[in-house]
Amino acid sequence: MTIDLGRGLVLRNPVMTASGTFGYGEEYTDFVDLAQLGGIIVKGTTLNPRQGNPYPRMAETPSGMLNCVGLQNKGVQYFIDTIYPRIKDFDTNVILNLSGSTLEDYVRGAELIDALDKIPAIELNVSCPNVKQGGMAFGVTCAGISQVVSEVRKVYHKHLMVKLSPNVTNIAEIALAAEVAGADSVSLINTLMGMAIDAERRTPKLSMVTGGLSGACVKPVALRMVWQVAKAVKIPVVGLGGISNATDAVEFMLAGASAIEIGTANFIDPAISAKVAEGMKDYCERHGFEKVADLTGALNITPALF
Amino acid sequence: MKQIADFTLVGKECYGHSVLLRLRDEQPLPEVLPGQFVQVRVDGSPSTYLRRPISIHDVDPANNEISLLVQMVGEGTRHLAATAVGDCINLVLPLGNGYTLPEKDETVLLVGGGIGIAPLYYLAKCMAAKGVKPAFLLGGKKASDIVRLDVYRSTGETFVTTEDGSLGEKGMVTMHSVWKERKFDKIYVCGPKRMMMAVADIAKANDVWCEVSLEHMMACGLGACLCCVEDTVEGNLCVCKEGPVFNTRRLKW
Repeated sequence: MTIDLGRGLVLRNPVMTASGTFGYGEEYTDFVDLAQLGGIIVKGTTLNPRQGNPYPRMAETPSGMLNCVGLQNKGVQYFIDTIYPRIKDFDTNVILNLSGSTLEDYVRGAELIDALDKIPAIELNVSCPNVKQGGMAFGVTCAGISQVVSEVRKVYHKHLMVKLSPNVTNIAEIALAAEVAGADSVSLINTLMGMAIDAERRTPKLSMVTGGLSGACVKPVALRMVWQVAKAVKIPVVGLGGISNATDAVEFMLAGASAIEIGTANFIDPAISAKVAEGMKDYCERHGFEKVADLTGALNITPALF
Repeated sequence: MKQIADFTLVGKECYGHSVLLRLRDEQPLPEVLPGQFVQVRVDGSPSTYLRRPISIHDVDPANNEISLLVQMVGEGTRHLAATAVGDCINLVLPLGNGYTLPEKDETVLLVGGGIGIAPLYYLAKCMAAKGVKPAFLLGGKKASDIVRLDVYRSTGETFVTTEDGSLGEKGMVTMHSVWKERKFDKIYVCGPKRMMMAVADIAKANDVWCEVSLEHMMACGLGACLCCVEDTVEGNLCVCKEGPVFNTRRLKW
């Protein structure tokens, strides 16, 4: 079930948990043996502490939810001093999701994280839709992503995964720019910009009016983008967006993903991540795949099938 | 330890817009503190994607039973209330921090508004088991809003207010005569936010210790998604993990 994403990031299986949906892993240890996961990607962290946006930050939507949390976190230094010692010996890959609002913040944050022995990778968040002058400013243009990835690449020596925004016209171009600038892998998709209104009160449901859509409803969009990006780049693609069970996870692999992340589904079933890992193994056995890595891009597009 | 389990609905009592669900597990229940809550998965309701946080109304450890008093406010809770006896309901529990139990010689008032009375029943039972005599002050818009009044009355002295005067004293809970006639060491509150803030004001004015249980919209219920925050003197705190019970001194009320 092993997946090698390159530059030292080797996963026990393709299943990771998506940033912002799994806390620091500690919140889920009553439900999941973390050793059953390929990795956990911890809450989006910025160089300086952030209070995040006001309540309400969440609205339920058909088969999904919107959020505008706004990267509430206590900053990189607090992570290093207080959280890292508690989670560094988890028996899985602990990956930090790093966000920022300036180039300098990203670079300084990456330098500090580079020094942490037990963090084998950064997921560079250039796609948070909920922060003013936020990461998404970098993530929606080829020039922006090229600049932030190449600068971080200079100071960060381990696996650099770049998390892409779906809120762009051509995500394959953005992915290619990240690859050229030195990314070791790309993960996609972050949330889709959305909005919800309370008609009775004639008010928005979110404090910031707009927010990021996630959950089962985004899966078809995510799957299509993973497929487009996987065709465009040579580096591994990590697929996420609405994965709720092992079948969904396999679909992302077939579309071209080398690994996957479980996000919003963790809220509905806190034990889902380990179940997906188990289910993917069953799928491989049923369909005669010796290695789960062989699922990547194994989509069979022939007219005869229809 | 938190757990996720399928409970069987073994009993159901309807009270107008609310329903009491008695749920039994095959396994012994984990220790449940008064004020903690469960996250209920609502099956078969396409518009209900996330679990619903519901406070714990009663616990019967001898029979592995937990009771929820659910008010039908939307599609999810209506669907939940329609569950048939014998069917399964999936719960994640116990979540959050409970109320702080009083010392044996302290006088306490448990103030509930509307469906907010739900967790106060189990709280009162835990107090009584410690030798504390709980007193309730329950408020609603009308008499039918105050459900299971008999079980509250059999657990402690019970004062009632209704806005239309159909039961007890007319007005809001904050207007009840008990506030003038009695002094309390500790006040425990659950109900609509405005009502809790008004009770917290009384507690503050009289320098009385007061805990409230907040009800914010939640996704994960575990402190992971950071959606249900309250702006406190310590910054934004997750109601699901740091609460739902807060001492009012920690709040910016």
